[in-house]
Amino acid sequence: MDPDLVLLLNGITSGLLLGGLYAAAACGLAVSFGMLDIVNIAHPALMVAGGFLVVVIGTALGLDPLLVAVLLALPFYLLGTGIYTVYHHFFERRGDEALQGLAFFFGVMFIIEVGLVMAFGPEQRFLDPPYAYVTWRLGEIDVPLRMLVPGLLAMAAIGALWLFLQRSFTGLAIAAVAQDAEALRLMAIDPVRIKRFAFGISIALAAVAGGALVVVQPVEPSSGQVFIGRVFAVCIMGGMGSLPGCILAAFVFGVVENVTATFYGPSWSPAVAFGWLLLVLAFRPQGLFGKAA
Amino acid sequence: MSTTALARPATAPAKLQRGLAFWLGALAIGIGLFLGLRGLGNDYAYFAGYFILQYVVLATAWNILGGYAGYVNFGAAGFMAAGAYTAIALRKATGLDLLPGIVAAGLVGGLLGLGTGYLTLRLKGVYFSIATLCLSVVLQTLVVNWDYVGGSRGAYVIRPQTIDPFTSYGEYLFIVMLVLAIGAVGIARAVENSRLGRGLQAIRDNERAAEAVGVPTLRLKLVATALCGALMAIAGAPLPYYSGYLNPEAAFSLAYAVNAIAMPLIGGAGTWAGPVIGAVLLGAMQQAATVTISSALNLFIVGWMLVVFVALAPRGILGWFRTRR
Repeated sequence: MDPDLVLLLNGITSGLLLGGLYAAAACGLAVSFGMLDIVNIAHPALMVAGGFLVVVIGTALGLDPLLVAVLLALPFYLLGTGIYTVYHHFFERRGDEALQGLAFFFGVMFIIEVGLVMAFGPEQRFLDPPYAYVTWRLGEIDVPLRMLVPGLLAMAAIGALWLFLQRSFTGLAIAAVAQDAEALRLMAIDPVRIKRFAFGISIALAAVAGGALVVVQPVEPSSGQVFIGRVFAVCIMGGMGSLPGCILAAFVFGVVENVTATFYGPSWSPAVAFGWLLLVLAFRPQGLFGKAA
Repeated sequence: MSTTALARPATAPAKLQRGLAFWLGALAIGIGLFLGLRGLGNDYAYFAGYFILQYVVLATAWNILGGYAGYVNFGAAGFMAAGAYTAIALRKATGLDLLPGIVAAGLVGGLLGLGTGYLTLRLKGVYFSIATLCLSVVLQTLVVNWDYVGGSRGAYVIRPQTIDPFTSYGEYLFIVMLVLAIGAVGIARAVENSRLGRGLQAIRDNERAAEAVGVPTLRLKLVATALCGALMAIAGAPLPYYSGYLNPEAAFSLAYAVNAIAMPLIGGAGTWAGPVIGAVLLGAMQQAATVTISSALNLFIVGWMLVVFVALAPRGILGWFRTRR
């Protein structure tokens, strides 16, 4: 086959696999930012913090990083409910979300990042499970398990979330709180309780995404910064609160970024995220798949 | 939300008098600082003074958009680095020195602010904030890939030992920053008392209502964003001369972004004095902490102060003295 074509096909394949990771990182944000209207810019930082914990616990106990990440989901859920309680008490209740609430999450992001530097130093951390060195070859195309397994876990987590949102009463209440919190109150459901629960879930997803992240690539405390552009771009492109839209946007995004990196060098890939985000904001703020408001 | 928009309507002579008092006071403080530091004769004092004054400019710039209009700019580090690298590129291309570099940085920063604002300000405020957050990352990518200004290796600026009427180059930089800081605060004060400032405050309190009564919201926001970007870039232009060496990591340090937000919010956003108070307080604290403890820990403290202040004292330090309502 033509070497350029092989390169392109491989770029697309690993872009799709990378998209799985981005979907994991962005779907938590689709819940908090898309459905609850909470602009949690600390989400990528929490994901990286989750990644660090996965490395520490996984190394100490000799467990698989993805298993540790799933176990970490519960403590992170509790952390998320704690953060939401503070956020609601000081900002949402007072109507100060726009300026002070945003500054609050920025502060949280900053504290996490500096805290990680202080605790672990600025070096990269990694934890390789045995399958990280296995690569399946389908003809000319390489499928590294290092990318495939975390992507599959991410898809499973998002699928479970989607079923939960579609089928269960609480899941429907989360969708309802996104549309009209007052109406929910009239049906004797406490919207604050629902939002606290949903925000906890979004942070639990950040822990799972953190586990996926350490399998795919080494993490460092500042890894979250590059992900801010990516996850918000994916979330907005996917039409905010829509999980299928989020997955699709993540795949498109992963492919574009990875093909750019393959042909122009990896140092340019952060610029792709921002370029996409700006273009989407300027021309299709309702997302690629969303309907005009 | 805020009552500063309804500040007492001043008669024209009283307003003029207050303006005169402000400028005389600023001049007195400026001269006092200059004479005091010269009396001290310590190069480190100029170094620390410059550090604090650069934050006065940065915090004041943030406040013009964030404090008056309520639009959060997370990209202070990006704008500042844009100014610093403009100065480096200009020096390399034409050999022009610091002062033309500051002017060029102001132009670049203003255009950058205008461009970002034009693309995102028609949407909800958070989109603008997210865009500015990413702007830093992308500008850093561009600079890292731009070999002309040193790429990821960084760039050296060999500064002269002395420059004529001043005792040392450190003193010269300090005076330049002092003038910039007084100018920035003066601009912020002028904005606050002008139609522009009142329009921005109306946007912050209720953008839709402001639009309905005929405030040209988009235009005012764009003016504010351009002004904010220009001042931030100006604050960054002397940075390579100050440190002698600049790499992307230092120029795009998140410390600038967090300080630019923390200082006005802690001092009291939406007033010209608030960012000055916050910058002097936090800047002095960080200088002291960097010398005595570690620099990572003092950034940690700044982060916590920001979170605690926005939660417990959303009007900042100035808010304590204004017990209204």
